[in-house]
Amino acid sequence: MDENSFENDESMVTLEKRLGISRRNFMQMCAAMAATMGLPNDAAAAIAKAVATKKRPSVIWLHFQECTGCTESLLRAEHPTLEKLILDIISLDYHETLFAAAGHQAEAARRAAMKANKGKYILVVEGAIPTKDNGIYCKIGGQTAIEMLKECAADAAAVVAIGSCASWGGMPSTPPNPTGAKSAGEVLGKVIPNIPGCPPNPYNFLSTVVHFLTFGKLPDVDAIGRPKFAYSRLIHENCERRAHFDAGRFALEFGDDGHKKGYCLYKLGCKGPETYGNCPAVLFGDVGNASWPVGTGHPCIGCTEKGIAFTKPIHALADLKTMRPPVSFPNIVEQQGVGATIGATVLAAAVAGLAAGAGAKMAKNLGKGVKLDESEPAKKNEERNPS
Amino acid sequence: MSISRRDFLKGALAGGTLLATGAPAEARENKTMPDEAVGLLYDSTLCIGCKACVSACKEANNMPPEFSREDKLWDTPLDISGKTLNVIKVYKNGTCENKDAEKDGFAFMKVSCLHCVDPSCVSACPVSAMTKDPVTGIVGYNKDICIGCRYCVAACPFGVPRFQYDTPVPQISKCQLCRHRMGEGKYAACAEVCPTGATLYGKVKDLHAEAQRRVALKPGADAVFPRGNINTHDQSSHTAKAAKYLPKIYGEKEIGGTQMMKLAAVPFDKLGMPTLPDQSFASRSETMQHTIYGGMLAPLAFLGVLTYVAKRNVKNDDDADDEKK
Repeated sequence: MDENSFENDESMVTLEKRLGISRRNFMQMCAAMAATMGLPNDAAAAIAKAVATKKRPSVIWLHFQECTGCTESLLRAEHPTLEKLILDIISLDYHETLFAAAGHQAEAARRAAMKANKGKYILVVEGAIPTKDNGIYCKIGGQTAIEMLKECAADAAAVVAIGSCASWGGMPSTPPNPTGAKSAGEVLGKVIPNIPGCPPNPYNFLSTVVHFLTFGKLPDVDAIGRPKFAYSRLIHENCERRAHFDAGRFALEFGDDGHKKGYCLYKLGCKGPETYGNCPAVLFGDVGNASWPVGTGHPCIGCTEKGIAFTKPIHALADLKTMRPPVSFPNIVEQQGVGATIGATVLAAAVAGLAAGAGAKMAKNLGKGVKLDESEPAKKNEERNPS
Repeated sequence: MSISRRDFLKGALAGGTLLATGAPAEARENKTMPDEAVGLLYDSTLCIGCKACVSACKEANNMPPEFSREDKLWDTPLDISGKTLNVIKVYKNGTCENKDAEKDGFAFMKVSCLHCVDPSCVSACPVSAMTKDPVTGIVGYNKDICIGCRYCVAACPFGVPRFQYDTPVPQISKCQLCRHRMGEGKYAACAEVCPTGATLYGKVKDLHAEAQRRVALKPGADAVFPRGNINTHDQSSHTAKAAKYLPKIYGEKEIGGTQMMKLAAVPFDKLGMPTLPDQSFASRSETMQHTIYGGMLAPLAFLGVLTYVAKRNVKNDDDADDEKK
């Protein structure tokens, strides 16, 4: 895209007014999101164009069994002030924490938005869905969570699960799971794009939504629906404490010498080696260096992973996924060195030849020596007995 | 050699009589473990392959890195050597999907000195440079006594002692269980850094009891595994699911027992650990040697035979001259 035309683009001028931020800040944000998703440089321009010109997509945000930590996390995104931008990039038509309306008015707004944007709106699910006893453990406006989710998902352009609860069940599904809590995907019976984490990184969610806005489709996801740009690497791989792991320097207990020195937290039960996420790369809260659990000295609890967070004890050791298949280890029987080179063979042959020649010569001389000896005795005797 | 049949038979008879008077050729017993012997327990099923032990070993013993790749960036020893006392190797099969599975799986193995109860290297050493500590049982090495004959290299059934071929003042290098750190109250560095307790340090009798406990565990059941030093409990233990252990403690009986024992879920021969008899090699070779050289009688007898034969064959030129005179 030609930047000059972009500079004078009317939509950009409108956007500046609408968002109340400078064009420079806006472009920086778009570039940051493109980088988070690992998209090429020109994608930033495409994102800017999309955000500036396209109609803001309607978003319906459902809350079920959750703590609203995901929403809180999202509200604390800082570049640029997200509470301003996210609400202006998208048209948030239903969000229990954020809307001003209440009661039947709110439910009416949701239904109106669904009708007006049929097949076009994005449905975001936060929280697990109780399924035991027909889902009576969570009701909103007289509707069970199951009914509400199914109703909203029917006409949605895309359903995105945010947070571990909606992604795989999270905390509410921890055994003994008295309410039969399940993930949104399990209730809908399909793999849906999800942004697990407790809470998830807001930029992972924002980037996913903006990707949808820009390219009309959600980003590439792995087998369980997690965007690959954020969840294809183990925490362990990008961890700032990795060097300590490799060198065998571990904190043994909280507050000990190794802990104070920032050693690896594996021995304290860090789940980094079995947890996929971009936490060490993106960090949390926009306050800079070390602002993520492991950075502050607490082992990763594996919040993005089903069967690890809230299931495996905090102190239990992680199972290293980096070792499958195991590379960079010597084999049990390791062939070392190389076979004889031509030069070495020639040299060895020459030495052998010399030895053989010398041997033959010596054997010949031996015979001569015997003859000499026979003529010697007389001389010797003379020497011995000079008189 | 010209020797009459009569003389030959005489000599042979004399030698044979002397040989027969030597000690009876019955092997001596394997040596026994000192009561306070210390050692290691390596559990292949707990090992995660982090190589922290390899790194810590180098640091504790002041060993240089060893490169096996073009880039020469990382310490990547392929085996123990003059520069490496401890290395983690891997067994791989098929798709390598499952840990501790013989088929389509992988398993780790630590290669380092096993500190035999009756070590071949100590037996073979002609100058007592290789020693077995009477209290700790650690097989140690003294570079100031060593003459560089490398008998220990040839004698060890595990191929542990290694010679430094690439230096003008070579030494034998082998794990000495960090005995130089014991004065500071420290123990084997490999066990100290091991994050899972796969390498555990302690008194052999306690390690043996721990090994027996693990072998008896029900596969998949939650079990507590100590870390660091089993006697001082200097580190916290951790809970993990018990693996499907083979009912064997390697080093319990092999060539008279070793002070480093190993547990695994993949057969030990696949992990590079040789199948060995219970009788120590040292007891066999020493019995043989002590029989032949017992009281130096047989060598003296043999010398006598040789001298006799030689004497018979030597013509004295002086005598011949004297006769003429």
